[in-house]
Amino acid sequence: MRSPFIPHAAPAMPPHPSPIAAPHPGSHADPSGDAERGSHGAKKRFLHDAREYVRDTDHRAFLRRALAGYYTTRDGQKARYRDWEHARDAANLAKWNAVNRLDEMLVRFADAFEVGGGKVHWARDAAEAREIILGIVRAAGAKAIIKSKCMTTEEIHLNAALEAEGYGVVESDLGEFIQQLRGEPPFHFVFPCMHVRRGEISKLFEEHLGSAPTESPEELTMIARRYMRRLYVEADVGITGANFLVAETGQISITENEGNARLTAALPRVHVALAGIEKCVERLDDLAVLLPMLATAGTGQPITCYNTLYGGPRAPGECDGPQEMHIVLLDNGRAAILADPEQRDSLQCIRCGACLNVCPIFKNVGGFTYGTTYQGPIGSVITPHLRGLGDWNHLSQASSLCGACTDACPVRIDIHHHLLHNRRNAVRAAPNRLERMGHRMFAAVAARPLLFAAGGALFRRSLWLLKKLRLPLLRDWIASRDLPQAPARSFRDQWRHRALPAVARSRPATAEGDR
Amino acid sequence: MNARDAILARVREALSVPGPGPHQRAGELSGHGATPHTAPPPRGSLPVLALEAARPWLPDGGATPEERLALLADNLGKLKAVFHHVPTIYAAQDLLFSIARERDWKRVAWHAHPLVEPILAGIPCATHKVDDADAVAADLAAESTTPKDALEACDAGITGCEALVAQTGSILVSSTTCGGRALSVLPPVHVVVATPEQIVATLADAFVALRDRHESALPSMLSFITGPSRTGDIERILVLGAHGPKELFVILVG
Repeated sequence: MRSPFIPHAAPAMPPHPSPIAAPHPGSHADPSGDAERGSHGAKKRFLHDAREYVRDTDHRAFLRRALAGYYTTRDGQKARYRDWEHARDAANLAKWNAVNRLDEMLVRFADAFEVGGGKVHWARDAAEAREIILGIVRAAGAKAIIKSKCMTTEEIHLNAALEAEGYGVVESDLGEFIQQLRGEPPFHFVFPCMHVRRGEISKLFEEHLGSAPTESPEELTMIARRYMRRLYVEADVGITGANFLVAETGQISITENEGNARLTAALPRVHVALAGIEKCVERLDDLAVLLPMLATAGTGQPITCYNTLYGGPRAPGECDGPQEMHIVLLDNGRAAILADPEQRDSLQCIRCGACLNVCPIFKNVGGFTYGTTYQGPIGSVITPHLRGLGDWNHLSQASSLCGACTDACPVRIDIHHHLLHNRRNAVRAAPNRLERMGHRMFAAVAARPLLFAAGGALFRRSLWLLKKLRLPLLRDWIASRDLPQAPARSFRDQWRHRALPAVARSRPATAEGDR
Repeated sequence: MNARDAILARVREALSVPGPGPHQRAGELSGHGATPHTAPPPRGSLPVLALEAARPWLPDGGATPEERLALLADNLGKLKAVFHHVPTIYAAQDLLFSIARERDWKRVAWHAHPLVEPILAGIPCATHKVDDADAVAADLAAESTTPKDALEACDAGITGCEALVAQTGSILVSSTTCGGRALSVLPPVHVVVATPEQIVATLADAFVALRDRHESALPSMLSFITGPSRTGDIERILVLGAHGPKELFVILVG
């Protein structure tokens, strides 16, 4: 077995060559060539992948089965709240307060954290964050790096950057580890490998770790556990994320179930945490609300197995822990979301993943189709901001606007209305001339009764032709739906010769003739 | 401008445009962009107490010590932790002795603590004290291994705790009073010894207890441990003992 810390021969690049760095925040309609090309490519790829996934009924059934248990346990857990809806209001309040006073929160957090002996770094964008972390890793003379699950590191493509410099980095979260071996990004930002069957995992471990094949999830978990034990002890740098930054006390809070983040922040000599600037909360007490709600909404647990607060490196008198602790605070487009008061609440997201779990689109097209770091409804809201609006706006069309995401959100983000806002903003930024022309033509026809009648007659007689002609605009619609049968007579004609009940007939027929 | 000032300037500029209040929606599609509803929260003050708003609605933590004890025991059971309530420290010694014998432990790790030390008396295996400076130094010299290796080789970690939370069945440990960061998570079994006075109703009460004890100098690590380590990453099927302990014992003495 080769050393786990030697970079993979084929660096684990994301299968979707997405633009790594977001355009400079505040310059949404970035007209650079990248965004333009990305725009077309991302949408095309979305449509293509969605078509493939939707046809794979086995895969859809598999996802549905995997999520079935979630619905039951979540509902059971919600029932233990004396009032879940009121608790949502309070969670919303906690995050709203921090997001709407973010500058103050960040300054307080940074000052308090440095009192604890840690170092705060600020990164405007992904490239800056990568450079800071590489600098820390170089200064530490790292030979081996262990990582716990952190979506923000996926956002900045940290592993690829570390591997490009020759550093080996191992993902310790079981799901992330499986995805790393598969050379894929996470499928779901809370359940990274929920699309993978146990047989595939067994084969993967056989191939990479030389383990015996097994169909038991328990044995597979133990294989990863045994493999990882030595790595925790040997690694000299541990990289984690942070779920919350507590301004009052200068602590970061990490939520997990496996214990891998705790080991990552306990054994290596250097601990680096990467967090988006929006992760702030004002008080330690806010966590008494948010930690249980994050778990209940995300996985249906009362609270996750480990919720850990770190205020700095090993303090004098403590018997272990890292000698250095760094926190990297990342903007990377978040200030641009903040600048839009209408969508500001999307920064309140605590990344529980509840909106994905209930989304009919996610359940049908799967996580990879989005081609984004953050999948599902919340990803569709924030990605256009993080990566440039023109680029990713098609995601806002991938919604039935059913509002299941908004109902599921523990911090009450108005997700499905934001999808509408994104649609409106995109139309404003790049008006669709063809659509506008169509509307004008319809308005012209509809305002002239004779023309409307003639048009209607023509349409009724030629409806069958539309199916045959396969016009480009209608083709996608017709491919999966039957066109309605054209009625023999127009609505207006039927109305004119209607048989009305006696009461109605006694009145003058004022509606005659219009619409 | 350095990155810090640049980010803070961006954030301040962004927040200069007021947005909706906490329970307000940006609303239906207005067609006219942002619709500010209220002024931003007052700056520099502490006006919003989310916990006070939430306290009546969160899961119950029990009103009396009896209720809290029953709730804690119930929650630990649901989490697949093993809960024992014994009357005396001698009963706890016997209990730990039989657990160690049954599992054939070779070596257990522990730390200086008024409950942990007496409970270990007579345990039928070797012990490793994680916070003994001399022992750490001796380990380094004799076996040329680091204390990490010695701890990794232990069958169980035995710790005290800061508080037990009835509401969630959580155990609050800290790096200053519970043997550092690794003792409660690296060995495959974690045994917690506590007294009934350490049971608090809710997570918020645990924070209160913590502040009473440490005032402003909080330990560098605080962790709420809720059941044995677990994962559902493979087909969303629950497996215990992912990276942390597979088994968690809570022994309540008194």
